[in-house]
Amino acid sequence: MATQPRAREQWGTRAGFLMAAIGSAIGLGNIWRFPSEAYKNGGGAFLLPYLIALLTAGLPLLILEYTIGRRYRKSPPAAYRRMSGPAQVIGWWQVAICFVIATYYAVILAWAVRYVGFSVGEQWGDDPDAFFFGDFLRAAEQPGWISSYVGGVFWPLVLIWIAVLAILALGVRRGIEVANKIFIPLLVVFFAALVIRAVTLEGAATGLNALFTPDWGALTQGSVWVAAYGQIFFSLSIGFGIMITYASYLRRRADLTGSALVAGFANSSFEILAGIGVFATLGFLSVSSGTPVEETVTSGIGLAFVAFPAVISSMPLGGLFGVLFFGSLVIAGLTSLISIVEVVVAAVQDRTGIGRVPVVLGVGGLVALVSILVYPTDGGLYLLDAADHFINQYGIALAALVALIVVVWVLRKLPVLQKDADATSAIRLGAWWRVALGVVTPLVLGWMMIDSLRTEFDENYAGYSTGFVFWAGWAVALGALAFGVLASLIPWKRDAELVGVEPEAAPDAPVEGKH
Amino acid sequence: MSTSAIVMMIISIVVVWGGMVAAILKLRGHPDPDVPESGPVAGEGH
Repeated sequence: MATQPRAREQWGTRAGFLMAAIGSAIGLGNIWRFPSEAYKNGGGAFLLPYLIALLTAGLPLLILEYTIGRRYRKSPPAAYRRMSGPAQVIGWWQVAICFVIATYYAVILAWAVRYVGFSVGEQWGDDPDAFFFGDFLRAAEQPGWISSYVGGVFWPLVLIWIAVLAILALGVRRGIEVANKIFIPLLVVFFAALVIRAVTLEGAATGLNALFTPDWGALTQGSVWVAAYGQIFFSLSIGFGIMITYASYLRRRADLTGSALVAGFANSSFEILAGIGVFATLGFLSVSSGTPVEETVTSGIGLAFVAFPAVISSMPLGGLFGVLFFGSLVIAGLTSLISIVEVVVAAVQDRTGIGRVPVVLGVGGLVALVSILVYPTDGGLYLLDAADHFINQYGIALAALVALIVVVWVLRKLPVLQKDADATSAIRLGAWWRVALGVVTPLVLGWMMIDSLRTEFDENYAGYSTGFVFWAGWAVALGALAFGVLASLIPWKRDAELVGVEPEAAPDAPVEGKH
Repeated sequence: MSTSAIVMMIISIVVVWGGMVAAILKLRGHPDPDVPESGPVAGEGH
């Protein structure tokens, strides 16, 4: 085992880091979650709470994660540990969350890869719903445990994992950065072509009308504001340590706040574009099938794998449109998946001092193995759905809330971090940053938590049985927390600690000393 | 499309894409200093 100190990897260029950060932020949620959230929560009026959420929660959190990453130059467990020993629980918790998410996120990409192929010749036939759940996924009638494997998902999933692990094995600069520099421009080209086609479809105006007509009355409802903060929160890839990890590869003097603004606004710009593309398409579906737009609106898996195939079948040159749409899903998802697995890889590297390639093959291989064993099965769809819901609500969001309370109120690190960010950044942070992180974001996250817990206890998620919700949902989310606590109890070896060690807070040691 | 929908669509695009362009311009005007970093323990010895 190599334990001699080695240089921390670094991004080659600022643009490379930005591409990777944007690639991580832009994922499936931008394409299939934002449009329906905006539509349901005030249409055009949703822009107001959405922008306020971006400015008072999204960007401040993004800046916080960038600053923590660059200051400590470590993945989340080691970074939090250097803030304060017990705080490393948060870091390990986030690593476990990333592990869980990576296992099922890859599966959705495997579906999308197959659907790129299915688009040619529109192989879903007349009933995309029956095709997806029956012919393709061979999903069991009832949620339950695994009884058979589905080859049509298994093999593309293996390919996805080979690609992701190969990119990660190549390293930060030659792997992650190069991949994002290719994929992000490609995504923009694919998606721009898709949107141009969508807005020129008959009925596009009907769909855009439905999306953008403002319902100002919605702004008086608390749920609309919670939805806006939730969308910003879940679409920016904040709260699970990705941005800490990516920023840990920044140079000491790299700009932080300017980069966060570019990444945050780029993510939102893509979301707006996705809203236009999706609703123009739904408008076409509405006009061509004679159903009102509100009956065509769905989100998530149903939108991508059921509604869109139906639209593709009914438009001229639909196959090309399908290739663009599912190709965009694959690219957007792949760059996010890379960042999620990188958190796990970097954490183990920092913890053990073992080199990148063995860690990618070992730990990355373990993530891949779990993913391949659990999800391409008859019960996979239900397991995925439950894991996704619970790890989002009681993993990502809860970990973010705990991290904020610990960093802001227990360890009182904001002034030091602000000084760190201001020292090298184009835009200086003001009191608004501390208020946003210390007051606004914790309050909103706390409210979101109470809100979703109430729903959870009112009725079982998605009507699943109590046993299934417990084992496939709660046990997964709480298991991630339990892993965080247990992993933090393992004592750190002195030589592991020495890998790339730096004195805490070289630029501002005196300030640190006052705490 | 209705007038209010067109107006909100244009405002959304202008504000969000404009925000992105403004952020990019701001960042371009503030290049990172080209200071070579020293090996494995950058930052040590300050």
